Amino acid sequence: MSSPLCGMKKEDIVSAMAIETRGLVKVFGKTRAVDGIDLAVPAGTVYGVLGPNGAGKTTAVRMLATLLRPDGGDARVFGHDVLREPDEVRRRVSLTGQYASVDEDLTGLENLILLARLLGYDKRAARRRAEQLLAAFGLTEAAGRQVKNYSGGMRRRLDIAASILNTPKLLFLDEPTTGLDPRSRNQVWDIVRAVVSHGTTVLLTTQYLDEADRLASRIAVIDRGKVIAEGTPGDLKASVGAGAVHVRLRDPGQRTEAEWVLSRSLGGHVVLEADPVALTARVSVNGNGDSDRRTAEQAAAALNALAEAGITVDDFSLGQPSLDEVFLALTDRTVDEEKNA
Amino acid sequence: MSTATTAVEPAESTYTFSPETLQAVLAPDEAPRRASWLSASVTFGWRAMLKIKHVPEQLFDVTAFPIMMTLMFTYLFGGALAGSTTEYLQFLLPGIMVMSVIMITMYTGIAVNTDIVKGVFDRFRTLPIWRPSTMVGYLLGDAFRYTVACLVILGVGLALGFRPDGGVLGVAAGIGVLVAFSFAFSWVWTMFGLLLRTEKSVMGVSMMVLFPLTFLSNVFVDPSTMPGWLQAFVDVNPISHLVGAVRTLMAGGWDTTDMTWVLVSGVLFTVVFGTLTMRLYNRR
Repeated sequence: MSSPLCGMKKEDIVSAMAIETRGLVKVFGKTRAVDGIDLAVPAGTVYGVLGPNGAGKTTAVRMLATLLRPDGGDARVFGHDVLREPDEVRRRVSLTGQYASVDEDLTGLENLILLARLLGYDKRAARRRAEQLLAAFGLTEAAGRQVKNYSGGMRRRLDIAASILNTPKLLFLDEPTTGLDPRSRNQVWDIVRAVVSHGTTVLLTTQYLDEADRLASRIAVIDRGKVIAEGTPGDLKASVGAGAVHVRLRDPGQRTEAEWVLSRSLGGHVVLEADPVALTARVSVNGNGDSDRRTAEQAAAALNALAEAGITVDDFSLGQPSLDEVFLALTDRTVDEEKNA
Repeated sequence: MSTATTAVEPAESTYTFSPETLQAVLAPDEAPRRASWLSASVTFGWRAMLKIKHVPEQLFDVTAFPIMMTLMFTYLFGGALAGSTTEYLQFLLPGIMVMSVIMITMYTGIAVNTDIVKGVFDRFRTLPIWRPSTMVGYLLGDAFRYTVACLVILGVGLALGFRPDGGVLGVAAGIGVLVAFSFAFSWVWTMFGLLLRTEKSVMGVSMMVLFPLTFLSNVFVDPSTMPGWLQAFVDVNPISHLVGAVRTLMAGGWDTTDMTWVLVSGVLFTVVFGTLTMRLYNRR
């Protein structure tokens, strides 16, 4: 099992894309929950689907996992159409939904045995496989307890154990860390990395930018059913601007003025942070050349402008834009476009 | 692969992630063959039994409810309708058994509906298994519950003086026919369980269907005293024929007309509502 390819059939090697969708649409009543999504997810990677609540992430995943029928467009998983060959798709995928996809009335052991039996293991093999997974996920002691008495982290681990029981080629993780404490979240991240290094493709939806940043090699940003940006985390950051200036003022009363000065000096978008004295401004550097140096120059000019306007700056830093900034910039842009339309 | 078992087993609170352990379990030694339709259905039936084991309260409706029904109607109507409760019981018991079991079939719909709300249903629907097996599993578990209800009622009946002429075989055959019909009839509820949004609405619809279906039948009295239009309904009501068939079997006889009705309606329920159930199941 050294190569991730050796377990695959010929047809799967031909299709290097784990997921391909074209113009995928799902309509609920009057809402276009998914409104023409094109995705191309290379096999063997973690692909992040990033978006706020209600952006259409879960709906898209449910269509790809054969749980919902698309209303338009088409979707293929390892070359198999989700509508025409749902069984071929189901053989290759596994889903860990937003809500624990395990039976709460049953014990952890019973849940895994049930699933192993359904996947074709005979009685003895099913029990062995279940015990093996429980041990690997640190659930041996809790094996005989009903899942409803598990902690959030334990439940999530059991859920993922259930999803990798038959080592799927594609694993859907729908907001796997929502509601988890930081320790459990780190464990889930480690598990995802291990699963991918084994050759499984992971499609991860998340609201958390640092999660996508840490795990995904490519990210699609979804808002209101549409992909508004796609690329590597680096691409996305670069598309928004070379960097960002973080400024802390002494007097919160000067923030509105500072916002105006920064926006005029840098010509870009300024974000007011939750902290009443903090602002973040993007530095847009277009064209080629030494963008880092030009970013620094522009940042210096902006600080100068603040000083000239009599605004006292306590602290400042220059950095790469975080994905949060990328995300806000992108979603703001679509709002502007709509206003102009 | 065998190295996986050598891993330490950390307690819940001290779980630390080990990529090596996980890597080992990620490569299963044998890729199993696809589960057969029978094996998948039986496995889902096993799940239903496990749920009874963990939540035994759900057996309340197949024990207390039937006992209540039997006592209530025997003493309520016995004296007035047949002169004595013991005499009435010979007529009533098979009917009250049918009525109770048909009434509790509605819990199938509630069980399906509750599962949908939880995420586990999504997992089942993404498995490469015979599609109806999830539903058949519910029904297998329910068949067990129906049998329990039948035996409880039979026990109460025997204690009160029910003496069936058909003996053990006749009674067993009657229960068999009843459970088999209820299995088929329950597809109505799997459909509603998938169709309706809440547990409450499933409950409401069930009552709307079950009350007329069970009361407007020959469970309590001979239909010959009913007005013509009502007799017409009672005559085509499959529950009447089911009661007729079970009553005759328990009395040691055989009614071909009733049995044919039961068989045909059972097949129709399965085909029509089974198909509708699976359409809804696939489309959700």
